[in-house]
Amino acid sequence: MIETTIKIVNKAGLHTRPAATIVKIASKYKSQFYISKDGLKIDGKSIIGVMTLAAELGSELFLSFNGPDEHEMANEVLDFFNRGFDEQ
Amino acid sequence: MKGLKKIVENSKNVIFGVAAAPGIEIGDAFLYTKEILNINANHTDEPEVAIEHLHEALQQSKKELSKIFDFAKSKMGETRSAIFEAQLMILDDPVLISNIESRIKKEKRFPEFIVNDEISKYQQLMIMSSESYLKERAMDIEDIKNRIIRNLQKKRWASKIVHDVLVVTDNLTPADALLFTKSNVKGYVTDRGGLTSHAAIIARSLDLPAVVGTHNGTELIKTGDKLIIDGFHGIVFVNPEPAQLEYFEDKIRRLALIDDELKELKDEPAITTDGREIKLLANVDVTGEIDMVVTNGAKGIGLFRTEQVIEELGEFPDEEMQTKIYSSLATRIYPDIVTIRAFDIGGDKVKQLHIKEANPFLGLRGIRFLLENLDLFKTQVRSILKASVNKNVYFMIPMVSTLAEIIKTKELILECSNELKAEGIPFDPDMKFGIMVEVPAAAVMAKEYGRPVDFFSIGTNDLIQFLIAVDRGNDFVSDLYQEFHPAVLKTISHIVKEGKQSGVEVSICGEMAADSLAVPLLVGMGLDSLSVSPSAIPSIKRTIRSISYKSSIRLVDECMAMDSIPQIIAKIEKFFKEHNIQRTRNIL
Repeated sequence: MIETTIKIVNKAGLHTRPAATIVKIASKYKSQFYISKDGLKIDGKSIIGVMTLAAELGSELFLSFNGPDEHEMANEVLDFFNRGFDEQ
Repeated sequence: MKGLKKIVENSKNVIFGVAAAPGIEIGDAFLYTKEILNINANHTDEPEVAIEHLHEALQQSKKELSKIFDFAKSKMGETRSAIFEAQLMILDDPVLISNIESRIKKEKRFPEFIVNDEISKYQQLMIMSSESYLKERAMDIEDIKNRIIRNLQKKRWASKIVHDVLVVTDNLTPADALLFTKSNVKGYVTDRGGLTSHAAIIARSLDLPAVVGTHNGTELIKTGDKLIIDGFHGIVFVNPEPAQLEYFEDKIRRLALIDDELKELKDEPAITTDGREIKLLANVDVTGEIDMVVTNGAKGIGLFRTEQVIEELGEFPDEEMQTKIYSSLATRIYPDIVTIRAFDIGGDKVKQLHIKEANPFLGLRGIRFLLENLDLFKTQVRSILKASVNKNVYFMIPMVSTLAEIIKTKELILECSNELKAEGIPFDPDMKFGIMVEVPAAAVMAKEYGRPVDFFSIGTNDLIQFLIAVDRGNDFVSDLYQEFHPAVLKTISHIVKEGKQSGVEVSICGEMAADSLAVPLLVGMGLDSLSVSPSAIPSIKRTIRSISYKSSIRLVDECMAMDSIPQIIAKIEKFFKEHNIQRTRNIL
């Protein structure tokens, strides 16, 4: 299991387009992926769940990856976050 | 005119409303209604069959949405269509779908009840959030929820995309209006709304006729009915008789001739017979209108309403996106100028669902909202500065009521300028900064507020509403909204005079400037520029070219001495007759 905290660095926050991309990335892997924020824990493979997160610039998310391909999954997801959702 | 009176008198198939956007169109009606869904909460004995129905409905929804997504991509581009892609993904959401399935098995209820209940849970979470964009997202989710439920009930999706029709509806939201502009709608008839409703503004800016405030148009018109919309007089004919058709077809032919004549003025300056040139600018809502600005011979853009960008995107654009939009606008119009107005959010423009204001029109909107949301405002100021690199960008702020708002905004511009300088990003350090004068307090204080700014843009729509205390969109009192109210004339004249004393350029960007009857008054008062819908430019230019500045000043003096509206209007009409000026309406 990999657990980490990450900060939103994208100015527009986690809006619809990056939410869709995160779910698309996560869905490629077998492992489980959860995102928590302010006591709300959602499945990172559920678009409607990710869309429910109010994640503005600077807000912190707690991510957990668990399963056979958790390393690859975590790498790709975290990379997408760190690239500012390719929008900077 | 006589002919029209006769045709109206003798017919039973006529509906009256407000003439909201000029033009005549004959075509087929499309009744646009938003159904209210009834949810069946009954139990089922066959949950397995219910789950099968669920998957059929999901498949059907996917089919419909893929079409919409493709269409949106072709019209708005990939980024702006993200919301449709997300809706498509919801139909495949493993967590959502498996929850719905297991609840159907366990609770043995109709799938439509479970679908409604499950998706509503997420919407509740979004609505509870303090982030305004999440509340809007809840509305987007509403769309997909209703689509699934409708398909479960095997009902047809009524709002499929239609082409080349006249849309008849109760009331249009900006998003609806925008969607329709993408499917070649030829005109609008609405039950509610007045001259400044979204349907009216968008219709005018796209040069489509509209009749609004018909009260019961949606009851009297069915989809497929043949309609004549006369946007000059606010009249709609349902299933017209041959004589009526002939009359209006003839009018359309004559209108086309006049249009051609006016287009010939395209490259001529808007100059009075005695040599005073008025800068004639265009108001732009949607970026697609820029072509029209150029063909109609405007000298630039006097008002670009940036809140439309949010409406188009469905969320706040980030700095990069804004810079792209503003820069391409400035490049496209170069060397002419573009006046970019900061987000005018609040009032009826963008619903902030989490803020419940008893009087949103007098509430947190315009510059008040922006100064409360500095991060957002800063993003916009930086983007506009970046777009100013070719020195043809003007920037202005809406709803100014205090000097402090002007000073704070100037400080923010300075802060952003310093940042950009430090980052080595080029911009225009002398970018012109101005304010909308639309709150009576700003009008009264024109001299003082003029000192720290470069220009004024008088927003007559709000100014008149505030001055007369009348909601123009309210059918019960909209008659009281009068451009030629003596108080309105005195106020505009005061703004121009005091503003000039402080050395500012004074422009007007309200609907009043597009009323050819008002043009001699505005010219005579000394306005430097008029900004109107692109479609109104040719006729306003012709009016300016047929009057003299000298006689306009005299007309202003005479009108300002009068105290009744009918007297003032009669005086101006006489002026038009004496100077032999044609008005498009009269020819028709």
